[in-house]
Amino acid sequence: MGLYIAKRLLAAIPVLFGLTIIVFVIMAMIPGDPATAILGSYATPENVERLNRELGLDKPMVQQYFIWLGNLFQGDLGRSFILNRPVLDEVMERFNATLILAGTALIICSILGLLAGVVSAVRQFGIADKLITFVVLIGISIPSFWLGLLLILVFSVQLKMFPVSGMYAIYGGGGPLDLLHHLFLPALTLAAVATGVIARLTRTAMLEVLRQDYIRTARAKGVPERTVIYKHAFKAALVSIIPVIGIQAGFVLGGAVYIETVFQWPGIGSMLVKAISTRDLLLVQGGVLVVAAAYVLFNLAADVVQTLVDPRLR
Amino acid sequence: MRKLLAAAIGAVSLMTASPAFSQTPPNVAVVGQIAEPKSLDPATVTAVNDFRILVNIYDGLTRYKDGTLEVEPSLAESWTISDDGTVYTFKLRSGVKFQDGTDFNAEAVKFNFDRMLKDDHPFHDTGPFPLSFFFSAVKDVKAVDATTVEFTLNAPYAPFLSNLAYPTGLIVSPAAVEKSGKDFGRNPVGTGAFKFEEWEANAKVVVSRYDGYWDGAAPLEAVVYRPITDANTRIAEMLAGGLDIMVEVPPDSLQQFRDGGEFQALEQAGPHVWFLILNAKEGPFSDKLVRQAANYAIDKKALVDNVLQGTADIAAGPTPPAFAWAYDESLEPYPYDPEKAKELLKQAGYDGKELTFYVTEGGSGMLDPIAMGTAIQADLQAVGMKVKIETYEWNTFLGKVNPGLEGKADMAEMAWMTNDPDTLPYLALRSEAFPDKGGFNSGYYSNPEVDELLNKAREVTDQGERAKLYKQMQKIVQEDAPWVFVANWKQNAVTKASVENFKLQPSFFLMLQKVAKPQ
Repeated sequence: MGLYIAKRLLAAIPVLFGLTIIVFVIMAMIPGDPATAILGSYATPENVERLNRELGLDKPMVQQYFIWLGNLFQGDLGRSFILNRPVLDEVMERFNATLILAGTALIICSILGLLAGVVSAVRQFGIADKLITFVVLIGISIPSFWLGLLLILVFSVQLKMFPVSGMYAIYGGGGPLDLLHHLFLPALTLAAVATGVIARLTRTAMLEVLRQDYIRTARAKGVPERTVIYKHAFKAALVSIIPVIGIQAGFVLGGAVYIETVFQWPGIGSMLVKAISTRDLLLVQGGVLVVAAAYVLFNLAADVVQTLVDPRLR
Repeated sequence: MRKLLAAAIGAVSLMTASPAFSQTPPNVAVVGQIAEPKSLDPATVTAVNDFRILVNIYDGLTRYKDGTLEVEPSLAESWTISDDGTVYTFKLRSGVKFQDGTDFNAEAVKFNFDRMLKDDHPFHDTGPFPLSFFFSAVKDVKAVDATTVEFTLNAPYAPFLSNLAYPTGLIVSPAAVEKSGKDFGRNPVGTGAFKFEEWEANAKVVVSRYDGYWDGAAPLEAVVYRPITDANTRIAEMLAGGLDIMVEVPPDSLQQFRDGGEFQALEQAGPHVWFLILNAKEGPFSDKLVRQAANYAIDKKALVDNVLQGTADIAAGPTPPAFAWAYDESLEPYPYDPEKAKELLKQAGYDGKELTFYVTEGGSGMLDPIAMGTAIQADLQAVGMKVKIETYEWNTFLGKVNPGLEGKADMAEMAWMTNDPDTLPYLALRSEAFPDKGGFNSGYYSNPEVDELLNKAREVTDQGERAKLYKQMQKIVQEDAPWVFVANWKQNAVTKASVENFKLQPSFFLMLQKVAKPQ
């Protein structure tokens, strides 16, 4: 197992390396530069050239890339042009916030999705099934940023139950309770689509398993229904669901971009959007690298869990 | 299952039971900003969003008189200008201390400008200073004695005093720069009414009252600036009570704050002009009659009333009326007259050639550029001008427009916000300001008479004299129509009704020195 994980991690290195090149090339290809972004309407060719020189951007792209790579090996991701602070500080701070949001959303969507899927499979064509299918379809269909705004309007502006935005209260904030309070709406919004996907999939997988002969045998033997469903059927269905949860983890990370903007969550998604629009190359590079590494790790984790659940894969 | 549900409900009610989270405490103003500031070092930033914080932490040698764009003394008590307009001698206010306890004096002023302008200054590396060209006329700064400082310019430059009032000219504490170096922008120290307390990245910037403020301590104990990039979220936060002051309210939403007694909505025209650059070098717009026809053909009232929902006024010429002293009141906007436009086009022999129109997706001061661009396209189409729109993201757009429209496009959207009536016409309407000469005259407008007026207006230091020259310039430029003059944006803000003495300034700066919020 340890060897497998080590192999997978090693295989991720060329992927991440290739990614940094792709990001660099794309950023070089899109028009505009940080100097133009900083100077705005004052961006005369002369001013742009002067500022680019002061920012160290007058060197050829290839040279810039190797300077960046050299610094990377020393653990230095450079300094953001726009924020004027070390990229590593900004990225880690932001990624932490995203991880909290996406992690919570992933837990919510896994629990709710599996629960809804199982109930709806067991009660196939019953009222519970129809209701769940209906709600799940709505969850999948609603654009998440719109759902977020709607939740803000109802629960924050009207009912004043949850804060509108941010990660901690502006006064006397801090602590896990304050964080949970701020986390509730954005995490729920972010989980909506993934919950739907997992629920639909769980339902199908469960129905498939429940039709198997060994389930009928178990029932015939007089095994209690609860044990049949949760021990025999659910465990078998889980094997095909776990990889999907792994993929959903990636979608949740990606979806965080919108949700972070709507809820003003200080995460890495909203940071990347800003960094791209201001052509803040090093910040984009650092952010993408961290997100991609997280994606690789999530998928690896899903694979490992799947191996643990399904002995056939060992 | 039931237990789980009960636990969940319990947890939720516990979370919501935490103290009134969306109320703001008395004597503290929470301001909803549109973005995280880049830095709090005034010499290094360019965005109005950052200026809104800076003008409360720092003072400049001069400042804008309340409610105007006229310069008055601030850290400088008085000044004299040599007859040839090249030597400015400032008498500084004595006894002023920076928030770190060090003295404000002539040496401090010299430090500030040398840091920005001299490559060999030991703290020049705390830059880059993107707007340092505001002071490119400064040849030398001399500290004559503790309270006298002398600026020598390499040529007469009348906008100098108002540039000193611009945030780029705000005075920072040399001791603090020496201490923090490159991180000064996150540990700012000035002489202003509020001193810096805390900057929590992407959450808040907190400043508190500086009791030693030379112009009288502020009524507010503290100000909290919160970056909320999404306009809808900003509005929701305002409605929920989490903000006391909010800037840049989208036109659609301003109305809902106007009605109730819970909020007050404010508007103030600023030194902003939204216009279309017309390519006067080639194509149909090289003919003055066609340029005038475009001015007649576009229904500016409809743009301002419908697209911008009353958040802007119709522009009459190149100079915004906010520069009251330099604005020609007699100037009337081109009326909406499609018939006249058709007539002019016929007279010019316009052959119906398709025009390329650069439109941006958004950008500073651009308002609602896509909606405005399509409305303009329809208006021009109605008088027989076929217009093809090309849309670009802001940075790409600037990269296409600023080097000049020649060979690429016939017209482009543009907007400017400036601090002196000199800036925009000098940078964008002179023959010497063609893009290949480092200017912004992307439409290649050239009129020797305008060139001369603008050059002269820089040389005379008497405001009345300057005003006359600018008024003449506006008349000629309006007649020549190098641009389609469209709109002057009104800045808006919403505050809670409990916020007192809050005013918007034509400079677009957010001055909070006199604001109170007793509850």
